[in-house]
Amino acid sequence: MKLPAIPALHLPELDISWARVMAVFLKELVQMRRDRPTFAIMIAMPIMQLVLFGYAINTDPRHLPAVVEMREDGPMTRAFLASLRASSFVDIVAVARREEEAEAMLRSGRVSYIVAIPEGFERRLVRGERPQILIAADASDPVAAGGAIGAIEAVARTAFAPEFEGALAHLAREPPPYEIVVQRRYNPAGISAFNIVPALLGIILTMTMTMITSIALTREAERGTMENLLATPVRPLEVMIGKTTPYVFVGAVQVVIVLLVSSLLFQIPFTGSMLAFVIGVGLFIFANLMLGYLISTAARTQMQAMQMTFFVFMPAILLSGFMFPFRAMPDWAQAIGEALPITHFLRIVREVVLKAAGLPDIVGDLGPLALITLVLAAAALLRFRRTLD
Amino acid sequence: MSDELVIDVAGLTKSFGGRKVVDNFDLKVPRGAIYGFLGPNGSGKTTTIRMVCGLLKPESGSGRVLGLDVLSDSRRIKERVGYMTQKFSLYEDLSIRENLEFIARLYGLDRRGERVDQALADLGLAERQHQVAGKLSGGWKQRLALAACMIHEPDLLLLDEPTAGVDPKARRDFWDQIRRYSAQGVTTLVSTHYMDEAVQCDSIAYIAYGKKLLDAPTADIPGKIGLRAWRVAGRPLQQAQALLERSPGVELVARFGAEIHVCGHDGALIAAAAARASAAYPHVKIEEIEAGFEEIFIYLMAGSADNFQ
Ligand SMILES: Nc1ncnc2c1ncn2[C@@H]1O[C@H](COP(=O)(O)OP(=O)(O)O)[C@@H](O)[C@H]1O
Ligand SMILES: [Mg+2]
Repeated sequence: MKLPAIPALHLPELDISWARVMAVFLKELVQMRRDRPTFAIMIAMPIMQLVLFGYAINTDPRHLPAVVEMREDGPMTRAFLASLRASSFVDIVAVARREEEAEAMLRSGRVSYIVAIPEGFERRLVRGERPQILIAADASDPVAAGGAIGAIEAVARTAFAPEFEGALAHLAREPPPYEIVVQRRYNPAGISAFNIVPALLGIILTMTMTMITSIALTREAERGTMENLLATPVRPLEVMIGKTTPYVFVGAVQVVIVLLVSSLLFQIPFTGSMLAFVIGVGLFIFANLMLGYLISTAARTQMQAMQMTFFVFMPAILLSGFMFPFRAMPDWAQAIGEALPITHFLRIVREVVLKAAGLPDIVGDLGPLALITLVLAAAALLRFRRTLD
Repeated sequence: MSDELVIDVAGLTKSFGGRKVVDNFDLKVPRGAIYGFLGPNGSGKTTTIRMVCGLLKPESGSGRVLGLDVLSDSRRIKERVGYMTQKFSLYEDLSIRENLEFIARLYGLDRRGERVDQALADLGLAERQHQVAGKLSGGWKQRLALAACMIHEPDLLLLDEPTAGVDPKARRDFWDQIRRYSAQGVTTLVSTHYMDEAVQCDSIAYIAYGKKLLDAPTADIPGKIGLRAWRVAGRPLQQAQALLERSPGVELVARFGAEIHVCGHDGALIAAAAARASAAYPHVKIEEIEAGFEEIFIYLMAGSADNFQ
């Protein structure tokens, strides 16, 4: 028995012929192979950028999020907490009672530091046993980590000074009666290349994937081949899939190059799950292809397409956490950043490459990334001109 | 079946930037016909053809192409139309064969390799099949474009100035091919500037400034226009021409090799002008002839010049 058609659910746009997708795909593949200069640039660009960008960009980060792990609640530790809250170097986003809680926040990137005050801190301080304040910093972004470690020492000094009076005046001495221990997590040596190089993968993919697809449709319009294409029964979705798929391979080649260079030239260890990495990077490539395709439905000439690509490229560099530590940016900038595919990709790649993350750890960024990709693809399909009007 | 209309559109109108480029255009093309589409540059031929095959949305008008609604069914129309664009619009960086394979795939054709081989053989392109399309001369590009728009065996061919800039031999071959398709029942709408091509059409529609001025079977056109013509030969031709051009009733003076043809609708006025010319230049011979297509279309064209503004 044949099921009755459900007209409300039938979207003719999704009724595609894989033979036609294949036609567009093969044609695009041949054209890509024949366009030697572009192909060469796609391969040379990642190597060049890695070498040029491989070194740190100096910034003065403030307002980095931190969690305080308070195992003791006394007048001195409260004074210290109050000073931390007042400091502009860190923003205390939470106070944790348990270690696992604080650790999870650091791993997920919600905070850049854990400031941990151990049990019995005050008692041991008074006895002169030099108790420790532990700072665990997410050094996968060494700029962010380095900046505030010194700041916390200064905060501690001013917080405890008023307490060391009267009976405790003997504690007001050098070195201070407590010890600040810093642990750099994920990038113990604080090498900035560890942060920059994986992030550079995001920049390279954004730039090349977006640009190469942004000229894909405008080239057809400019050369007049669009007229022939539109005169055939091919559908917008078929054109989109067929035209963008060849560039997935280009993206894959770039990823391999970056991974090789980062391990051979910069000795960056790959600590996390390869599966998580492949899924993350695949989705990100897809997002950029869709963004480029959307641009090519808006641009009339290849030149315009290039300019628009650079226009969307600027926020990707500035607001994604590539240039400045994301959590240190003002709220409005973070809001824009959250809407950019690269922001989520940078978190994914840092977590997987440097923090040994697996698939469950990156779900929080895969979700938004998938959503952005879907919105871009839908917008591109809706904007595709079916006629020459 | 023979009087079935393959193109039956009415009132097609299209504006660009507030200017009506095609204005209230009607066209009826019966099955199997070769329909000529004439008019000066910028008169709206390309725009009309694009509306017929669904590449441009008319702002008003309606009709059927191959029995399908021209406004709402353009996808199915496209499956059965072969459209050859005025400007070469295949991929210059793909070879002849790759271009044809691409088109064949887009139409979802079976026996693809076979069909491509056949198309290459039919059009004499077999030896050049691996040559990149961008390197071909005008005549070969035009053959390739025709092969590409014929590969899915369309019922309707829309050819937009297919022979512009092509040498006479290639043009003749091209028209032989079109007539063969026509004999198989393929309908053709072809725009052209060449009179020798126009006379090969069964019917002709003439358009200027976006308006259709004439639409008739080719054989009826001389009678419809009612133009009379005189042949003028002998010496001094130049001076005689100058005198005739100034005379009342003379609507067109055109040079044909060593003679000039003088045309107009008012026989008495032209006879008077001829008498004056003969009196002034006794060695010049003037006699009435039958007005041909050349004269008729030069006359039509002269009335509307090029339509670019
Ligand atoms: N896409 C377009 N945008 C703006 N003007 C156009 C467009 N296409 C055609 N025109 C204008 O419309 C007029 C008719 O053009 P066209 O149909 O190409 O004439 P023809 O094919 O008879 O030479 C011309 O003046 C041309 O400049
Ligand atoms: Mg034209």
